Amino acid sequence: MNPRAIALTVAAVLLLSVPYWVPGVYYVNVASQILFFAIFALGLNVLVGYGGLVSLGHAGLFGVAAYAAGYMLHLGYGHPLSIIVALVIGIASMAMFAVLSLRSTGIGFIMITLALGQILWGLAYRWISVTGGDNGITLHGRPAPFGFELDTANSFYYMTLVIFAITIIAVAIFVRSPLGAALMGTRDQPRRMNALGYYVWAIRFWACLFSGLLTAVSAILFVYYNQFISPQTLALTSSAEVLLMVISGGAGTLFGPIVGAALVVVVKNVVSGYIERWNMLLGAIFVAIVILMPEGLVPGSMRLWRLLWRRRAKAPAEAKP
Amino acid sequence: MPAARGVTNERGKPIAMSSWLLLTVNSVTFGGLLFLLSAGFSLIFGLMRIPNLTHGSLFMLGAYIGATFVGGMLGVRFNFWLAALFAALLVAAFGAVLERFLLRQLPGQQLAQVLVTLGVSFIAADFCLMVWGGDPINVASPKGLSGFLRAGPLVVPYYRLTIIVIAVIVAIALWLLLDRTRLGAMIRAGVDDPDMARVVGIRVSRLFTIVFALGAGLAAFAGIIGGPMLSAYPGLDQDMLPLALVVVILGGTGSLLGSFVGSIIIGFIYNFGQAMLPELAYFVLFLPMLLVLLLRPQGLFGRHVP
Repeated sequence: MNPRAIALTVAAVLLLSVPYWVPGVYYVNVASQILFFAIFALGLNVLVGYGGLVSLGHAGLFGVAAYAAGYMLHLGYGHPLSIIVALVIGIASMAMFAVLSLRSTGIGFIMITLALGQILWGLAYRWISVTGGDNGITLHGRPAPFGFELDTANSFYYMTLVIFAITIIAVAIFVRSPLGAALMGTRDQPRRMNALGYYVWAIRFWACLFSGLLTAVSAILFVYYNQFISPQTLALTSSAEVLLMVISGGAGTLFGPIVGAALVVVVKNVVSGYIERWNMLLGAIFVAIVILMPEGLVPGSMRLWRLLWRRRAKAPAEAKP
Repeated sequence: MPAARGVTNERGKPIAMSSWLLLTVNSVTFGGLLFLLSAGFSLIFGLMRIPNLTHGSLFMLGAYIGATFVGGMLGVRFNFWLAALFAALLVAAFGAVLERFLLRQLPGQQLAQVLVTLGVSFIAADFCLMVWGGDPINVASPKGLSGFLRAGPLVVPYYRLTIIVIAVIVAIALWLLLDRTRLGAMIRAGVDDPDMARVVGIRVSRLFTIVFALGAGLAAFAGIIGGPMLSAYPGLDQDMLPLALVVVILGGTGSLLGSFVGSIIIGFIYNFGQAMLPELAYFVLFLPMLLVLLLRPQGLFGRHVP
């Protein structure tokens, strides 16, 4: 077995056995949060890492799907219908986002997504007759697919783990697919791709839809986990948090966003237990990572590891003459 | 939400003629404030090619610092205009430091610069919450401006009239600065083609600092003189930043005229939207931006697509 397969097996065993080795239910819930935020981060990473399109409005899309699920359930529709409607609305709003923001790339894309995200936030905050305004929407009950109750922390964790595993496989397939390769081509050499006959806009658009799908999936898990949704979920802070997950872990890598999600969720849960100044810390981490380790933790530590390893391998060879 | 308090929200009721006039006055006033905020944003964006995400925070810092000066500090109460000037200078200095010591570390890396400004905006927001607490702080309107100007059916509070006059004066001053002075010519050159400007001997990096400080000072000034209307509260930054973004997307980046026209348009849409569709007021802002993005991506007066 190569080291990669061993690492993956160890990770899978650790993830499967989480409820048995963590000290309590609270930590199982933290693990669930890490998993669904990792799905969100993987979705954003499709755009940020592979497409070179930095979105600062993804919390808005996340919120739209979450509100759609919440509102449908609030109105008393069944779980399957609510989930389907939330997925459709999530992807449809991503399509609208994409049509507007793909008119430009780079800084223009950031600005437009930021403005769109803020408008969705304003809508959630002010459209009180649908969203409940500041009070949000509170739900009762999680779905029970095939008679499998999800009310306990463990069962919810395992359901999230299954969806998480499917997501990782889907993203891995996407990255290796012709579409994924073309997307990376449009990130690095948009003009050359265009000259080669690729329709750059359409490639980016499909990537956006895939990202929107993952975002909607994580949003639905989020609603079921919290059984509550409020405008705070759509705030710029949330968009920035998920972007921090992607960038701190390593944009454009498969495992970077997962590590980033774990880092942000753990720091947020642990730190908010001690101090109130989570936003200040978030900002400081942001600044520190951008200045000190701009490529992210996973590629950054890999590079350090390789550097050390090479130096150790070199040292005896150099000592000889 | 930045609301012009006490005049809006006539839900469903027919709006009388005088209300329309009042709404118009409020729209122009709010447009003037938006211009002060977005002119700097637009110039920074045009010159440095980064959307400065701390711009809302600079506005909020101005409002808070100004409110502290006006409300009295160490037993000394400042005159409103003196307080506004001090707050603007303080925040301008902060902007210069930010540009010099953080953004300068990441030359040419736009994404990194955006993320750093975002990080700083969170730190600033939390700092304001820590220092001034979560309750809104009202700013007393300047003495001598509490009356009204009456002209036929039109009743305009002196305070609002003053804001409009200030915005117009600042617009003219900025235009003179950009169009008639050597510094302005250098800034315009930097906006149009930074590399070529460097080649002909303009110190573009020093321009960055100057423009950043100028923009920061203007934003803070807008924060404090808008204080009596909007007051200073946590989240003010996140309310104002998207408005600046929308104005700049609408008007075109780096264009002063674009900022001015965009601000007035957004001022009107915002105030009228709030009066007629209070629940969707924030959403209708979206419409002009959508139209512009679809029909004229470079903005009404912009020269290149961001």
